[in-house]
Amino acid sequence: MIRYYPDEPAGSFPSPPRQHTDREDRTIQFRRADATDRTALIEMYKQFDPADRAQGIPPARETAIERWLETILDDECLNVVASHDGDLIGHATLVPDEQEGYELAIFVLSAYQGAGIGTELVETLLGLGQSDGIDRVWLTVERWNDPAIALYRKVGFETANSERFEMEMSIRLLSSTSDE
Amino acid sequence: MNVLLGVGGSDLSYQALDETIERSREAGDDLTVAVFDNEEMDTGGAAIEERVRETLAEADFEATVRHVEGDPGSRLVDIAESEGFDRIVLGSGERSALGKIQLGSIAEFVLLNAQTPVTLIR
Repeated sequence: MIRYYPDEPAGSFPSPPRQHTDREDRTIQFRRADATDRTALIEMYKQFDPADRAQGIPPARETAIERWLETILDDECLNVVASHDGDLIGHATLVPDEQEGYELAIFVLSAYQGAGIGTELVETLLGLGQSDGIDRVWLTVERWNDPAIALYRKVGFETANSERFEMEMSIRLLSSTSDE
Repeated sequence: MNVLLGVGGSDLSYQALDETIERSREAGDDLTVAVFDNEEMDTGGAAIEERVRETLAEADFEATVRHVEGDPGSRLVDIAESEGFDRIVLGSGERSALGKIQLGSIAEFVLLNAQTPVTLIR
Protein backbone atom coordinates (compact mmCIF):
# COMPACT_ATOMS: atom_id res chain seq x y z
CA MET A 1 0.00 0.00 0.00
CA ILE A 2 1.29 3.45 -0.91
CA ARG A 3 0.81 5.94 1.88
CA TYR A 4 0.71 9.66 1.23
CA TYR A 5 3.02 11.90 3.26
CA PRO A 6 3.42 15.68 3.05
CA ASP A 7 6.38 16.95 0.98
CA GLU A 8 7.55 19.31 3.68
CA PRO A 9 8.55 18.29 7.20
CA ALA A 10 6.83 19.91 10.18
CA GLY A 11 8.78 22.16 12.56
CA SER A 12 10.57 20.91 15.63
CA PHE A 13 8.75 19.41 18.62
CA PRO A 14 9.71 19.35 22.31
CA SER A 15 11.31 16.18 23.71
CA PRO A 16 10.49 14.49 26.99
CA PRO A 17 10.90 14.80 29.91
CA ARG A 18 8.98 18.05 30.30
CA GLN A 19 6.08 19.47 32.24
CA HIS A 20 3.14 21.62 31.31
CA THR A 21 0.34 23.40 33.15
CA ASP A 22 -2.97 22.43 31.58
CA ARG A 23 -6.00 24.69 31.09
CA GLU A 24 -7.34 23.63 34.49
CA ASP A 25 -4.11 24.62 36.22
CA ARG A 26 -2.93 21.06 36.78
CA THR A 27 0.78 20.33 36.46
CA ILE A 28 1.21 17.46 34.01
CA GLN A 29 4.50 15.59 33.63
CA PHE A 30 5.49 14.02 30.32
CA ARG A 31 8.19 11.38 30.10
CA ARG A 32 9.32 8.48 27.98
CA ALA A 33 7.80 5.12 28.95
CA ASP A 34 8.89 1.53 28.40
CA ALA A 35 8.03 -2.02 29.48
CA THR A 36 8.63 -1.14 33.15
CA ASP A 37 5.49 1.05 33.01
CA ARG A 38 3.31 -1.89 32.05
CA THR A 39 1.56 -2.33 35.40
CA ALA A 40 0.79 1.38 35.77
CA LEU A 41 -0.54 1.49 32.20
CA ILE A 42 -2.80 -1.52 32.82
CA GLU A 43 -4.27 0.38 35.79
CA MET A 44 -4.81 3.46 33.63
CA TYR A 45 -6.51 1.52 30.85
CA LYS A 46 -8.82 -0.23 33.33
CA GLN A 47 -10.23 3.24 34.09
CA PHE A 48 -10.62 4.14 30.44
CA ASP A 49 -14.14 5.23 29.47
CA PRO A 50 -15.59 2.64 27.04
CA ALA A 51 -17.18 5.50 25.08
CA ASP A 52 -13.70 6.83 24.29
CA ARG A 53 -12.57 3.62 22.60
CA ALA A 54 -11.84 3.92 18.91
CA GLN A 55 -11.36 1.25 16.25
CA GLY A 56 -11.15 -1.53 18.81
CA ILE A 57 -8.53 0.00 21.11
CA PRO A 58 -7.84 0.12 23.96
CA PRO A 59 -9.27 -3.37 24.41
CA ALA A 60 -11.93 -3.80 27.09
CA ARG A 61 -10.85 -6.86 29.05
CA GLU A 62 -7.77 -6.84 31.27
CA THR A 63 -6.17 -9.87 29.59
CA ALA A 64 -6.61 -8.20 26.20
CA ILE A 65 -5.18 -4.93 27.56
CA GLU A 66 -2.12 -6.85 28.79
CA ARG A 67 -1.58 -8.52 25.42
CA TRP A 68 -2.01 -5.24 23.57
CA LEU A 69 0.44 -3.41 25.85
CA GLU A 70 2.96 -6.19 25.32
CA THR A 71 3.00 -5.29 21.60
CA ILE A 72 3.16 -1.53 21.92
CA LEU A 73 5.73 -1.46 24.77
CA ASP A 74 8.15 -3.43 22.59
CA ASP A 75 11.65 -1.93 22.12
CA GLU A 76 10.82 -1.05 18.50
CA CYS A 77 8.04 1.31 19.61
CA LEU A 78 8.25 4.77 21.18
CA ASN A 79 6.02 5.62 24.12
CA VAL A 80 5.32 8.76 26.15
CA VAL A 81 3.12 8.94 29.23
CA ALA A 82 1.46 11.89 30.95
CA SER A 83 1.02 11.87 34.72
CA HIS A 84 -0.69 14.04 37.31
CA ASP A 85 0.12 13.73 41.03
CA GLY A 86 2.01 10.53 40.24
CA ASP A 87 -0.84 8.76 38.43
CA LEU A 88 -0.75 8.04 34.70
CA ILE A 89 -3.54 9.92 32.93
CA GLY A 90 -2.44 9.75 29.28
CA HIS A 91 -0.36 7.67 26.91
CA ALA A 92 0.83 8.09 23.32
CA THR A 93 2.60 5.52 21.19
CA LEU A 94 4.44 5.16 17.87
CA VAL A 95 4.46 1.65 16.42
CA PRO A 96 6.49 0.77 13.30
CA ASP A 97 4.50 -0.41 10.26
CA GLU A 98 5.76 -2.87 7.61
CA GLN A 99 7.20 -0.08 5.50
CA GLU A 100 9.21 2.82 6.89
CA GLY A 101 6.51 4.68 8.76
CA TYR A 102 5.17 4.70 12.31
CA GLU A 103 1.51 4.58 13.34
CA LEU A 104 0.52 6.98 16.11
CA ALA A 105 -2.23 6.74 18.73
CA ILE A 106 -3.02 8.71 21.89
CA PHE A 107 -5.24 8.08 24.90
CA VAL A 108 -6.25 10.51 27.63
CA LEU A 109 -8.52 9.63 30.57
CA SER A 110 -11.85 11.41 30.23
CA ALA A 111 -11.40 13.60 33.35
CA TYR A 112 -8.31 15.07 31.69
CA GLN A 113 -9.70 15.63 28.21
CA GLY A 114 -10.39 19.08 26.79
CA ALA A 115 -7.55 20.71 28.74
CA GLY A 116 -4.86 20.70 26.06
CA ILE A 117 -3.07 17.60 27.37
CA GLY A 118 -3.61 15.58 24.18
CA THR A 119 -1.89 18.22 22.09
CA GLU A 120 1.09 18.35 24.45
CA LEU A 121 1.24 14.57 24.55
CA VAL A 122 1.31 14.22 20.75
CA GLU A 123 3.88 17.00 20.40
CA THR A 124 6.11 15.41 23.04
CA LEU A 125 5.90 12.02 21.33
CA LEU A 126 6.73 13.59 17.95
CA GLY A 127 9.69 15.34 19.63
CA LEU A 128 10.91 11.97 20.90
CA GLY A 129 10.44 10.52 17.40
CA GLN A 130 12.37 13.40 15.88
CA SER A 131 15.31 12.88 18.23
CA ASP A 132 15.23 9.15 17.41
CA GLY A 133 15.45 9.89 13.66
CA ILE A 134 11.86 8.95 12.78
CA ASP A 135 10.52 10.77 9.73
CA ARG A 136 7.17 9.37 8.64
CA VAL A 137 4.23 9.15 11.02
CA TRP A 138 0.59 8.36 10.19
CA LEU A 139 -2.64 7.70 12.02
CA THR A 140 -6.26 6.89 11.37
CA VAL A 141 -9.12 8.65 13.09
CA GLU A 142 -12.87 8.17 12.87
CA ARG A 143 -14.21 10.80 10.49
CA TRP A 144 -16.78 12.08 12.99
CA ASN A 145 -14.19 12.59 15.76
CA ASP A 146 -13.87 16.37 15.25
CA PRO A 147 -11.91 17.18 18.44
CA ALA A 148 -9.23 14.60 17.58
CA ILE A 149 -9.02 15.72 13.94
CA ALA A 150 -8.68 19.37 15.04
CA LEU A 151 -5.90 18.38 17.46
CA TYR A 152 -3.93 16.49 14.81
CA ARG A 153 -4.33 19.35 12.29
CA LYS A 154 -3.10 21.88 14.86
CA VAL A 155 -0.01 19.77 15.49
CA GLY A 156 0.71 19.65 11.75
CA PHE A 157 -0.84 16.44 10.43
CA GLU A 158 -2.32 16.61 6.93
CA THR A 159 -5.20 14.56 5.52
CA ALA A 160 -3.82 11.65 3.52
CA ASN A 161 -7.03 9.78 2.67
CA SER A 162 -10.58 10.71 3.58
CA GLU A 163 -12.52 8.25 1.42
CA ARG A 164 -12.88 5.61 4.14
CA PHE A 165 -14.82 5.40 7.43
CA GLU A 166 -11.54 6.26 9.10
CA MET A 167 -9.68 9.27 7.90
CA GLU A 168 -5.95 8.83 7.44
CA MET A 169 -3.57 11.65 8.36
CA SER A 170 0.22 11.90 8.12
CA ILE A 171 3.15 14.11 8.99
CA ARG A 172 6.89 14.22 8.26
CA LEU A 173 9.35 15.06 11.01
CA LEU A 174 12.77 15.35 9.35
CA SER A 175 14.20 17.44 6.53
CA SER A 176 14.56 15.22 3.49
CA THR A 177 18.31 15.78 2.96
CA SER A 178 19.24 12.14 3.49
CA ASP A 179 15.98 10.74 2.16
CA GLU A 180 15.55 9.01 -1.25
CA MET B 1 -31.65 -18.98 2.97
CA ASN B 2 -29.53 -18.07 -0.07
CA VAL B 3 -26.17 -16.80 1.14
CA LEU B 4 -23.59 -14.96 -0.95
CA LEU B 5 -20.10 -15.01 0.56
CA GLY B 6 -17.40 -12.76 -0.93
CA VAL B 7 -13.82 -14.06 -0.67
CA GLY B 8 -10.95 -11.81 -1.76
CA GLY B 9 -7.96 -13.67 -0.34
CA SER B 10 -7.39 -11.93 3.01
CA ASP B 11 -6.95 -14.04 6.16
CA LEU B 12 -10.28 -12.81 7.42
CA SER B 13 -11.99 -13.76 4.16
CA TYR B 14 -10.83 -17.38 4.65
CA GLN B 15 -11.94 -17.28 8.27
CA ALA B 16 -15.32 -16.05 7.03
CA LEU B 17 -15.39 -19.01 4.60
CA ASP B 18 -14.81 -21.52 7.43
CA GLU B 19 -17.45 -19.94 9.65
CA THR B 20 -19.99 -19.59 6.85
CA ILE B 21 -19.59 -23.25 5.82
CA GLU B 22 -20.34 -24.33 9.39
CA ARG B 23 -23.22 -21.91 9.74
CA SER B 24 -24.72 -22.94 6.37
CA ARG B 25 -24.44 -26.58 7.26
CA GLU B 26 -26.29 -26.06 10.56
CA ALA B 27 -28.95 -23.80 9.04
CA GLY B 28 -29.33 -25.71 5.76
CA ASP B 29 -28.47 -22.59 3.75
CA ASP B 30 -27.52 -22.58 0.08
CA LEU B 31 -24.07 -21.06 -0.19
CA THR B 32 -22.53 -19.30 -3.17
CA VAL B 33 -18.89 -18.26 -2.84
CA ALA B 34 -18.01 -15.25 -4.98
CA VAL B 35 -14.26 -15.07 -5.54
CA PHE B 36 -12.88 -11.64 -6.40
CA ASP B 37 -9.49 -10.03 -6.96
CA ASN B 38 -8.77 -7.73 -4.06
CA GLU B 39 -6.23 -5.13 -5.10
CA GLU B 40 -5.14 -4.81 -1.47
CA MET B 41 -3.99 -8.46 -1.60
CA ASP B 42 -1.19 -10.18 -3.55
CA THR B 43 -3.07 -13.37 -4.42
CA GLY B 44 -5.00 -13.56 -7.69
CA GLY B 45 -8.42 -15.05 -8.39
CA ALA B 46 -7.20 -18.48 -9.53
CA ALA B 47 -5.21 -19.11 -6.34
CA ILE B 48 -8.12 -17.94 -4.19
CA GLU B 49 -10.55 -20.20 -6.06
CA GLU B 50 -8.23 -23.18 -5.56
CA ARG B 51 -8.08 -22.57 -1.83
CA VAL B 52 -11.87 -22.10 -1.64
CA ARG B 53 -12.45 -25.39 -3.45
CA GLU B 54 -9.95 -27.21 -1.20
CA THR B 55 -11.64 -25.83 1.90
CA LEU B 56 -15.08 -26.89 0.65
CA ALA B 57 -13.77 -30.37 -0.19
CA GLU B 58 -12.15 -30.76 3.23
CA ALA B 59 -15.36 -29.66 4.91
CA ASP B 60 -17.31 -31.98 2.62
CA PHE B 61 -19.77 -29.19 1.85
CA GLU B 62 -21.27 -28.35 -1.52
CA ALA B 63 -21.38 -24.74 -2.61
CA THR B 64 -21.39 -22.86 -5.90
CA VAL B 65 -18.10 -21.10 -6.61
CA ARG B 66 -18.01 -18.25 -9.10
CA HIS B 67 -15.78 -15.36 -10.10
CA VAL B 68 -16.68 -11.73 -9.79
CA GLU B 69 -15.21 -9.47 -12.47
CA GLY B 70 -14.99 -5.70 -12.26
CA ASP B 71 -15.39 -3.65 -9.09
CA PRO B 72 -15.93 -6.27 -6.35
CA GLY B 73 -18.06 -4.16 -3.99
CA SER B 74 -20.61 -3.01 -6.52
CA ARG B 75 -20.72 -6.41 -8.24
CA LEU B 76 -21.45 -8.20 -4.94
CA VAL B 77 -24.29 -5.77 -4.25
CA ASP B 78 -25.65 -6.24 -7.81
CA ILE B 79 -25.48 -10.01 -7.70
CA ALA B 80 -27.18 -10.20 -4.31
CA GLU B 81 -30.04 -8.00 -5.51
CA SER B 82 -30.54 -9.31 -9.03
CA GLU B 83 -30.27 -12.99 -8.12
CA GLY B 84 -32.38 -12.98 -5.00
CA PHE B 85 -29.78 -13.63 -2.31
CA ASP B 86 -31.01 -13.19 1.27
CA ARG B 87 -27.69 -12.21 2.78
CA ILE B 88 -24.15 -11.13 1.91
CA VAL B 89 -21.31 -12.33 4.15
CA LEU B 90 -17.86 -10.74 4.16
CA GLY B 91 -14.75 -11.01 6.32
CA SER B 92 -13.05 -7.67 6.93
CA GLY B 93 -11.53 -5.53 9.68
CA GLU B 94 -7.83 -6.31 9.86
CA ARG B 95 -5.86 -4.82 12.73
CA SER B 96 -2.82 -2.59 12.23
CA ALA B 97 0.35 -3.32 14.22
CA LEU B 98 -0.91 -0.80 16.76
CA GLY B 99 -4.15 -2.76 17.07
CA LYS B 100 -6.60 -0.45 15.32
CA ILE B 101 -9.30 -2.15 13.31
CA GLN B 102 -9.84 -0.84 9.80
CA LEU B 103 -12.47 -2.12 7.38
CA GLY B 104 -11.40 -2.74 3.79
CA SER B 105 -12.86 -0.51 1.08
CA ILE B 106 -14.90 -3.38 -0.43
CA ALA B 107 -16.55 -4.18 2.91
CA GLU B 108 -17.29 -0.48 3.46
CA PHE B 109 -18.95 -0.21 0.06
CA VAL B 110 -21.07 -3.31 0.61
CA LEU B 111 -22.16 -2.26 4.11
CA LEU B 112 -23.28 1.16 2.88
CA ASN B 113 -24.87 0.15 -0.40
CA ALA B 114 -26.35 -3.33 -0.08
CA GLN B 115 -30.15 -3.65 0.06
CA THR B 116 -29.80 -7.12 1.56
CA PRO B 117 -28.66 -7.73 5.13
CA VAL B 118 -24.87 -7.99 5.47
CA THR B 119 -22.96 -10.11 7.98
CA LEU B 120 -19.46 -8.84 8.71
CA ILE B 121 -17.06 -11.39 10.17
CA ARG B 122 -13.99 -10.02 11.90
